Amino acid sequence: MRIELEKRPQVSKLFGLLSPLLALALALVAGTIMFAVMGKDPVEALDAFFVEPLLEVWSLHELAIKAGPLILIAVGLCLCYRSNNWNIGAEGQFTMGAVAGSFIPIVFTDWHSPIILPLMLIAGAIGGALYAAIPALLKAHFNTNEILTSLMLVYIAQLFLDWLSRGPWRDPQGHNFPQSIDFPPEAVLPAIWEDSGRAHWGIVFAVIAAILAWFVMKYTLKGFEISVLGQSARAGRFAGFSSRKMVWFAFLVSGALSGLAGISEVSGSIGHLQPAISPGYGFTAIIVAFLARLNPLGAILSGLVLALTYLGGEAAQLSPGISAKAASVFQGLLLFFVLSCDTLIYYKIRLVWSRVRGGAA
Amino acid sequence: MSVFEAILLTIITASTPLVIAGLGELVVERSGVLNLGVEGMMIIGAVAAFVGAQMSGSPYLGLLTGIVAGGLFSLLFGFLTLTLVTNQVATGLALTILGLGLSGMIGEGYVSVPGVQLHEIVFPFLSDIPFLGPVLFKQDLTFYLSIALLVGVNWFLFRSRAGLKLRAVGDSHGSAHALGIDVIRTRYLAVMFGGACAGLAGAQLSLVYTPQWVENMSAGRGWVTLALVVFASWRPMRVLAGGYLFGAVTILQFHAQGFGVGIPSQFLSMLPYASTIVVLVIISQNRRATLINTPASLGKAFVPER
Repeated sequence: MRIELEKRPQVSKLFGLLSPLLALALALVAGTIMFAVMGKDPVEALDAFFVEPLLEVWSLHELAIKAGPLILIAVGLCLCYRSNNWNIGAEGQFTMGAVAGSFIPIVFTDWHSPIILPLMLIAGAIGGALYAAIPALLKAHFNTNEILTSLMLVYIAQLFLDWLSRGPWRDPQGHNFPQSIDFPPEAVLPAIWEDSGRAHWGIVFAVIAAILAWFVMKYTLKGFEISVLGQSARAGRFAGFSSRKMVWFAFLVSGALSGLAGISEVSGSIGHLQPAISPGYGFTAIIVAFLARLNPLGAILSGLVLALTYLGGEAAQLSPGISAKAASVFQGLLLFFVLSCDTLIYYKIRLVWSRVRGGAA
Repeated sequence: MSVFEAILLTIITASTPLVIAGLGELVVERSGVLNLGVEGMMIIGAVAAFVGAQMSGSPYLGLLTGIVAGGLFSLLFGFLTLTLVTNQVATGLALTILGLGLSGMIGEGYVSVPGVQLHEIVFPFLSDIPFLGPVLFKQDLTFYLSIALLVGVNWFLFRSRAGLKLRAVGDSHGSAHALGIDVIRTRYLAVMFGGACAGLAGAQLSLVYTPQWVENMSAGRGWVTLALVVFASWRPMRVLAGGYLFGAVTILQFHAQGFGVGIPSQFLSMLPYASTIVVLVIISQNRRATLINTPASLGKAFVPER
């Protein structure tokens, strides 16, 4: 049996909408099989993983907490990937944003003022943008592969954070835990509905960013420039767009959003700096962006879906028999199915049963 | 054994997986496919080799398990990018994300289990030669395999007919197809070869380098490998040179920590990654040299006209 592709005369709008759903369904089927292989009742496992976290108010708050950074980062990545700039280092920009923003409450411990929090958020965004500026500079001016440089910078950022939280920024009263002092109340991102759960303003930033980015993509010249340069750098040049400037734009925007996500996470849900601040948000956001078909508004929805896999993973740790790693396997599978299903948008897939090549080559 | 000799031996051990995975990826990229999933295939190879060695009690069967696992895992990438023509960059990332998750799940029960080590093969008499003996004739199988791969890949690419076809496919898939070369099949084989090499490199990590299973133990080596291929401008001999350079940086960083250099260990640990960036910048600045050697179809999807 052979699989043949036939190019559709027109891009299929139907599959454009269906493909993420189809991918999700296939990933669920694969997840069911995976749980069955692990010797766990699949229905029970899927229920624990994907349904139970949605049934209680406090866990909906947790969902928002996890979706916030995923959406924020993914929105930036959507713009980046649309313009054909492969920023893979969001995880590092997230980390550096957290570091840059935390600088204020950790270093100026005696400073109490309501402007601390806004300053932290700005510093976080700037920190992320500056860190993303490194691969941008190297790509724009030295022609260096941005995938590899942005990725190497992730490891460097993580080691830097490790050094800070074990070294100079370690809280001497921290009972030997490698972490900074707890942020004072005025440096903590407040909860939205304090009475019912922990969800903080991070998710609001995410939704605002998504709407803004969607507007830019759909209604502005900048958005048009992004798509033109993304599809063909040559065509973009004829239109007078500079792909070098686009590299800067894409990296600075996605870096700033990742940095904002980093400082929001640290000041909103962790409350201090520590060596590990992210369960891989920067990488999972890549899946979020693709599941959203690189549409910023879609990232809200797909961010919630991926956030659910994190919650499911945490819930699974409590019930015996399901590995906590199942969440990341599920995430990987989902990306595979998303990519395969997108093929249906451009091609018809035909199964050819004969061994002979169909038609003249 | 002198200190210098000991350091050299650890450098070889640190460099071998980079050279092996680098040669594999070089063949893949020469065929016009950009597989960014090396990190994922490597970690799958590492866990498979560890589990295989545990179950069979033989490090050699472990090695084999690693190779097979890496090759099979790469098929997933091949199916998506070659048959379904998905974006190679994104699919490679997916392979890495899935590989890291899957290996964590498979290896969960094997954390802190004492490993089976692949011991060195000692060539009688030859290994007694001062200095050269232990370096060249008292190594584990993976080292000899890395050298064999170097010679083999070099011969295959530049001296064999099949290698010529593979390079043709990488440089212009359209023309190669017109000449009657099966582009997709060539690329499938190249991808699987790359996967098997990455699997072997991973096996080296969990059977030789540190004979145990630690989650994410590939620690970015797969990505360094990809940089290595760029550094080597798609030439096998330069993969060897680059691999040993990176290996040396990794090891010297450990020794600097051991000697108590007044620099925090985290900054020394950054060295391999930072030097990768520096090397990439230096190489890519030479636009003409990179363009000449880069396979022209690299990363571009091929759909045969029917």
